[in-house]
Amino acid sequence: MSRLMNGVIEAFRLILAFDPSLLEIVFLSLRVSITAIVIATLLGVPLGTFLGLKPEKRTRFLNKLIFTFMGMPPVVAGLIIYLILSRQGPLGVLGLLYSPSAMVIAQVFLASPIITGLTMVGIRAQGSEVEETARSLGAGAALAAWTVVRESRIATLGAIITGFSRVVAEVGAVMIVGGNIDGRTRVMTTAIVLETRRGNFEFAIGLGIILLMISFVINSALYNIQKGGRSDGAGSSTGRANRDI
Amino acid sequence: MAQEAVLVELTGIYKEYDREVLQVDSLVLKKGLIYGIIGPSGAGKTTLLRIINLLTPPSSGTYHFKGKPLPGNGRERLALQRSMALVFQKTLLFRDSVWNNVAYGLRARKYSPAEIDRRVGQLLEQLGMADLAHRRADTLSGGEAQRVAIARAVAFDPELLLLDEPTANLDPGNVEVIEEMIRKMSRAGSMTVVMVTHNVFQARRIADEVIFIDDGKVVEMGPAKKIFSKAEHEKTRLYVEGRMIY
Amino acid sequence: MVLALAISLLLFAGCSRGARPDDGLTGDFIILATTTSTYDSGLLDFLNPIFTEQTGIEVQVVSQGTGAALETGRRGDADVLLVHDRASELRLVGEGAFVDRHDVMYNDFIIVGPEGDPAGVMQVDRVAAAYSSIAGGGHTFVSRGDDSGTHRMELRLWDGAGINPEGQGWYLSIGQGMGDTLNMANEKLGYAMTDRGTYVAMKNNLDLVILLEGDPVLFNQYGVMVVSPKEHSHVKYESAIKYIEFLMSEEGQNLINSYQVNGETLFFPGYGLE
Repeated sequence: MSRLMNGVIEAFRLILAFDPSLLEIVFLSLRVSITAIVIATLLGVPLGTFLGLKPEKRTRFLNKLIFTFMGMPPVVAGLIIYLILSRQGPLGVLGLLYSPSAMVIAQVFLASPIITGLTMVGIRAQGSEVEETARSLGAGAALAAWTVVRESRIATLGAIITGFSRVVAEVGAVMIVGGNIDGRTRVMTTAIVLETRRGNFEFAIGLGIILLMISFVINSALYNIQKGGRSDGAGSSTGRANRDI
Repeated sequence: MAQEAVLVELTGIYKEYDREVLQVDSLVLKKGLIYGIIGPSGAGKTTLLRIINLLTPPSSGTYHFKGKPLPGNGRERLALQRSMALVFQKTLLFRDSVWNNVAYGLRARKYSPAEIDRRVGQLLEQLGMADLAHRRADTLSGGEAQRVAIARAVAFDPELLLLDEPTANLDPGNVEVIEEMIRKMSRAGSMTVVMVTHNVFQARRIADEVIFIDDGKVVEMGPAKKIFSKAEHEKTRLYVEGRMIY
Repeated sequence: MVLALAISLLLFAGCSRGARPDDGLTGDFIILATTTSTYDSGLLDFLNPIFTEQTGIEVQVVSQGTGAALETGRRGDADVLLVHDRASELRLVGEGAFVDRHDVMYNDFIIVGPEGDPAGVMQVDRVAAAYSSIAGGGHTFVSRGDDSGTHRMELRLWDGAGINPEGQGWYLSIGQGMGDTLNMANEKLGYAMTDRGTYVAMKNNLDLVILLEGDPVLFNQYGVMVVSPKEHSHVKYESAIKYIEFLMSEEGQNLINSYQVNGETLFFPGYGLE
């Protein structure tokens, strides 16, 4: 127990002292995951929107495929990317293995299905109603599609944030394709694994706390966004009731 | 007389949609009138509106709009769709301000910003909704939302306004407001209104012509007075008197 | 549902240490904390079933780096240790954390690298000279960097060569196991120091070749010892001692010597430093 307490105290000391090796790891984590999410968003949101507007019957097989990939174990994703980027692999000549780029690729591979799938589900929830409403008001195909995307922005944002929180906390894939090289590809999760194995718990817990804080911020944002519309509604309808009196 | 001009003509329409089966041998809608479509739920009323609005193509039959046969090419379809508006039973307002919701159809038709501002402002004023202009749509009450949905549908002066149970879930005060709105708009221009309702009293209050649909077929159609006082069909009489047994 | 949970909890409690009744359902067992290099070589999968057959005692293996294994033992989370950091082992025995330590076997380390051997390690027969030319030419060297016995040995050898590789661009410290380290060296066409066992086991999938072997500083002594029952009363001392006696017996030592992977002997019995 005292070890845990000491760990937490030491961890906060490291955080508050802006320990350079800790910061370097945190920044690399964020850089890799944010880059991956931007790419995955550019791929996943248009695809998810496209599929979400198709009748479910016609995309059934693709749906199953996407949902399978959504639940793909990160180590499997890591292994696949590893084999592709390895010297003997099809893209070996690029020399990307054990680089931050390789980690970005693996995370894009993990996050794209999540963003695609959740966007699709969000669009499907009321996308066709939105599309029909738009068309009944005279929108052409392009405007109707754009209206659907705009109207599903909360679900889509939720999809993006879910993808981010998955990849930033993920260890299996980045360990395999990044290699956890000190000062180059060592990120928060791989560093936690290493420092725990080394018995260097303070540093590990420090990183763990930062990861938890990031996760808290992300999930609070997600919670507020998803709750946003409804709580606004409640608030202003009470406001109106008061005015009526 | 412009009032006597035929707007919509349906012949031999057949469509199965969402558990409704619609079979219309012949139906003619004339310009400038308020039509009330009544009938039990599942009779095919919604399907009929969707076919008229081109959202659901019929499996067979012909559709003439102002004498022109459909479907034409894509541009003609869009142009036709733009000359009418449908307000769904389940109101869906965009997550945006009331103003932007009402402006949507005008923007889709590429009106100039100044013209949009003028029209939206004028319409909201006219309908007594100016105070709602900058509210977010998701903060409106049911009655307010329905008024906005109707305002949004009439903002671009459609020739044909299709309303699917516009007052289904509203309290009596709001029902009166909406009905008054519909009357006002119909009187103001040459707009034709087709309103689906399961409420025969509502049809009696505002419809010029009443169409009674049962089991996917038009049983009877005629001036409201006639339908409510001396309908030809036994079924119609039973329904409007609230004695129909299912 | 609740019942199932309760039953599984009961069963689980039955298996847990200390309070475990000797009901014959789970059988007697000891926990062996050892290094990844021993475990990955397959030696324990060869030895332990023979021991279990003779004594009825099952051996549950936890494989970690030597540092972590020593820590596991010190916390009392294991009964017996098989590790290779002689200096630390002797110190901890001196401190009373462990008892009954024996030099059980040794293996040797080798330096591997790409066939092209740009640093010319092949031309020298001392580790210090090899490390100097790797560092001098800035050739990629992959280090486990995980505080394992192997990593500590590698660092001692850098020290012996008068070089501090930490933070150098060509020195990749990856904080992973021996296999991962060899894979990365293979991919990056770099050098690495490895125990012979892991290399032999993985040889078929590697382009790396042995460039240096036989320098006495590369011998690696394994010790076996019991967690002190004075420190942790729940330690299964009797069973642990039986395991050590088995390894140190003539039969055990012969078995170690006979174990081969891909036709090569990996561990040699007894004490190998002098």
